[in-house]
Amino acid sequence: MIEAKAYQEYVKQSAPKTKMMSTLLKAFLTGGIICCTGQAVADIIKVIIPDMSKENIGAFVSITLVFLSALLTGIGVYDRIGRFGGAGSLIPITGFANAVVAPAMEYNREGVVFGICSKMFVIAGPVIVFGVVAGVIAGIIGLFI
Amino acid sequence: MKQTFVFDKAPYVAGAYSIVGPKEGLGPLGKYFSLVLEDDLWGEKTFEKCEIKMHREAIKGALDSAGMNQHDLDAVIGADLLNQIVAASFAARDIDAVFLGMYGACSSFGESLAIAAFLLSGGFMKTVSCSTSSHFSGAERQYRFPLEYGNQRTPTSQWTVTGAGATLLTSVAPEGEGVKVKLTAATLGKVIDLGIDDESNMGAAMAPAAADTLIKHFSELERSPSYYDAIYTGDLGKYGTEILRYLTAREGYNLPTCYSDCGAIIYGYEQKALQGGSGAGCSSSVFNGYLTSRLKNKEIKRLLLCPTGALLSKDTPLQGATIPGVAHAVVFEAED
Repeated sequence: MIEAKAYQEYVKQSAPKTKMMSTLLKAFLTGGIICCTGQAVADIIKVIIPDMSKENIGAFVSITLVFLSALLTGIGVYDRIGRFGGAGSLIPITGFANAVVAPAMEYNREGVVFGICSKMFVIAGPVIVFGVVAGVIAGIIGLFI
Repeated sequence: MKQTFVFDKAPYVAGAYSIVGPKEGLGPLGKYFSLVLEDDLWGEKTFEKCEIKMHREAIKGALDSAGMNQHDLDAVIGADLLNQIVAASFAARDIDAVFLGMYGACSSFGESLAIAAFLLSGGFMKTVSCSTSSHFSGAERQYRFPLEYGNQRTPTSQWTVTGAGATLLTSVAPEGEGVKVKLTAATLGKVIDLGIDDESNMGAAMAPAAADTLIKHFSELERSPSYYDAIYTGDLGKYGTEILRYLTAREGYNLPTCYSDCGAIIYGYEQKALQGGSGAGCSSSVFNGYLTSRLKNKEIKRLLLCPTGALLSKDTPLQGATIPGVAHAVVFEAED
């Protein structure tokens, strides 16, 4: 039988590869549409409530996008967007919402406590941990500057 | 060490039954399966319960197709991919026969058939059913991501087959006219690990084990691959079959054009299953649906079936372990 090293090299050479150009284009398109949707939400809010502060508009945009993503996940559309767009739909805040809602739906059958609540963060958990840790570090640095 | 065993009193295939999900039913082999489900829950509340039901109904279907009932059965040999093989064992609690649970990942169907052949050929038992199952949604939630999670699959990945298949083996020839199919030999496989650590490239992880078992089979029986009308591996997928051809050719065994892979043929190109099907139910549903009917109508007279399995748990790749493979081969011969 072939040597392990030679075999790994053979597999590396011969395995079908991801099509770089089309994957990047699809991700760019999907991510771009999500960001444009966010900008559109911001522009609409500006027209309806002209006095709203910039920070509040930002919060509203995030809330709207998270809601839309959760809704699309719930009706079984977001996974299709993800299959098409890859990182384009994974990286924006909508991807984070999808990562929380999808396991919550999936593990609903194992009960509310050990199913939904404990499995909800299986994918998003690390993001929250890194976010909190980075926040603490930035806060401590900010205290001394 | 001898790995190949030829059975003096070769057991007969008395019954076969296959159940698949809707996606498999729409594939090129759709018309060969005994039952195609309309949805992937089959009236149950969870995917696991659906797989248990599929497994149980496959065993009962195989008994029915042989005109027998569960009281004729000596043993149920079963396997699946759910944790602690609950699909097979829970299915067996409704059947009045001893239960032997197998585990060789997706190679389990070959392992089950070989063990059953030993029991029958040795004269210890008369009627044994061999069954395996897998369920796409059950496997996804156990090994990968939630169904609604929007991720992408790599080009080397495969699609777990929603399917169950059961074969009924008997030590005496089934009554009636027609072609009789015998399980004449088995080659048991060793665990082979050539250091593949990509869990979305199971074809590459399993192909060396398949190559090792097949080469042992050909050399120990002094047969050339062309002795067979059809050679099928379990679930190497399209890319895995290329690797297997390469590995066996290096050792001087060129696989003929009649070589194919159950996983590579179960889905059509447009079904976006990438390299094809995988799972313990892949080889068992294709064998009990498609291949038995081809044996029965004598399109195939000598079949070498080699289900392949990748041995890993959800945790081992995270701990940096590589993925070993195992494959067991069985020979079916049709005679009048």
